Amino acid sequence: MHHLLVLPILIPLIAAGAALLAWRQRRMQRWLGLAGAAGLLVVAVLLLISVVNDGILALQIGDWPAPFGITLAADLFSAVMVTVTGLMGAVVMVYSLVSMDPARESFGYYPLLLILLMGVSGAFLTGDLFNLYVWFEVLLIASFVLLVLGGERAQLAGAIKYFTLNLIASALFLSAVGILYSVAGTLNLADLAVQLPRLGQSGLITVLAMLFLVAFGIKAAIFPLFFWLPDSYHTPPLPVTTIFAALLTKVGVYALIRTFTLLFTQDIAYTHTLLLVLAGLTMVTGVLGAVAQMEMRRLLSFHIISQIGYLLLGLGLYTPLALAATLVFMVHVIITKSALFLVSGIVHRLQGTYHLKQLGGLYQSHLGVALLFLLPALSLAGLPPLSGFWAKFALVRAGLEAGQYAITAVGLGVSILTLFSMTKIWTEAFWKPRTVQEPIHVLQGRERLLYFLPALTLVGLTVLLGMLAEPIFTLATAAAQQLIDPSAYIQTVLGGAL
Amino acid sequence: MEILLAVVIGGLYAAGFYMVMRRSMVKVIIGLVLLGHAANLLIFTVGGLNRGAPALVPAEGAAPVATDPVPQALILTAIVIGFGIQAFALVLFKRVYQAVGSVDLDKIRTPDT
Repeated sequence: MHHLLVLPILIPLIAAGAALLAWRQRRMQRWLGLAGAAGLLVVAVLLLISVVNDGILALQIGDWPAPFGITLAADLFSAVMVTVTGLMGAVVMVYSLVSMDPARESFGYYPLLLILLMGVSGAFLTGDLFNLYVWFEVLLIASFVLLVLGGERAQLAGAIKYFTLNLIASALFLSAVGILYSVAGTLNLADLAVQLPRLGQSGLITVLAMLFLVAFGIKAAIFPLFFWLPDSYHTPPLPVTTIFAALLTKVGVYALIRTFTLLFTQDIAYTHTLLLVLAGLTMVTGVLGAVAQMEMRRLLSFHIISQIGYLLLGLGLYTPLALAATLVFMVHVIITKSALFLVSGIVHRLQGTYHLKQLGGLYQSHLGVALLFLLPALSLAGLPPLSGFWAKFALVRAGLEAGQYAITAVGLGVSILTLFSMTKIWTEAFWKPRTVQEPIHVLQGRERLLYFLPALTLVGLTVLLGMLAEPIFTLATAAAQQLIDPSAYIQTVLGGAL
Repeated sequence: MEILLAVVIGGLYAAGFYMVMRRSMVKVIIGLVLLGHAANLLIFTVGGLNRGAPALVPAEGAAPVATDPVPQALILTAIVIGFGIQAFALVLFKRVYQAVGSVDLDKIRTPDT
């Protein structure tokens, strides 16, 4: 019995419940939020260590044998994702302490954030497709409320698109789950991986794969289903935007990777080629959208889409190296993109706007902030020796080895455009002399610490990931092996039931 | 019975998608509800329909024609989730109506700031 698997779900749940009970005490809620996120991070790290040492873990809830009961399972990929979830939860929680306004805090911001973290952890750990649907709904409901908390007009307008699109995706997901159950008679992921190849109806299974692709694709914001994202993500306060950007689309990508490595591998020539095409279009449209923007948060939101394209590219190539590169890229992009959002929040606090035209002069007045922005920006564009370089290098190499020259060229071209849009922020916000001479807010003492500590942690991590490229790739290669050859996963989950 | 349900489900999906694509917020909500019902009925139907058969197999003796209980458990969960979401949808759309003063989705533009 590996009870460690339950804790990443239980700890945020208990903390959220306690925070709800302390509804009127804002200070208490803050401490509970911090404790819940820190607890999640600690447990996630323990889980990762345990998976690295002992191999894949599985837990049958209620002791029902595998295909009948609810299964929690963690391979290396899941464990890494849960660890990143804990990290982002803790970082954003600290950042929220200082940047979230009291009105939103009083209306349940901390419990909601904890429930969002619980939903994300649950989605990463579940070994059952219907449970994946349930966890999706848990995190969606929390994200809906977080998105509209405060009720500003822009928030509400963005929320309508986000809400409607995600509900349509959920309905499609549920329909696909139902049809899959009628075809295979099971919803346990490991059992499905055993049953689907035996069925031999590859036409029907490809149709199911396409249904899942659309359902997860809406959540992951791939081309052409992404337009809800840049309309909604920049509207809530910055900590909410950051946690959304870090985790929500990645859950969709996680689900895509899980299903398209474990279940839908019968017709790789069709499905994974389609993934490659979608990857190219996602990268290009995302980055072109970003180049056109003049508002920092919108620009960064479009970049989320373009980075999703890279993740899909690795999945579409479907080689061990490509999958390992995808995992490294996923961790890298979660950390650097969040760092960029957090720094743009600091810029907003200092100068009172996100609009590039009105910003300027920060390089002179705040050298530290400028450097904090520059490092993750260069990392995102893929300059050595930062984490983005190694992730992109491995992806490009995997693409060349697989003989997919066109898509690799697209990926490289998009990198240049990424660099271009990052230099645009750099020149507008940091380099050019300041035009408007209004009083600048000065960060001091505790406020200064709480604003800078999360951003510094993430920037430090992106540098560290670049330095430690070799051990990280060793881990990612092991994780990719587990994805390419799921026999160990199946064996662990089903045990003797085969 | 299956054929009748298949037609009903197809009709629900078609109506749901049609309503979701309308400009009125109220119709979008109705569309989302219809889509949820369509998905639930789909799971119910593809799970196999056996009238008058027990949901569980007795412990001893040969198994009679049994109805698979799993789809119904799935639908039950999905209905509960659907209720929660629909309640939230109504509140959200009412707040949007109060803030914007219109049910026309084309009038609700995200300010491009």
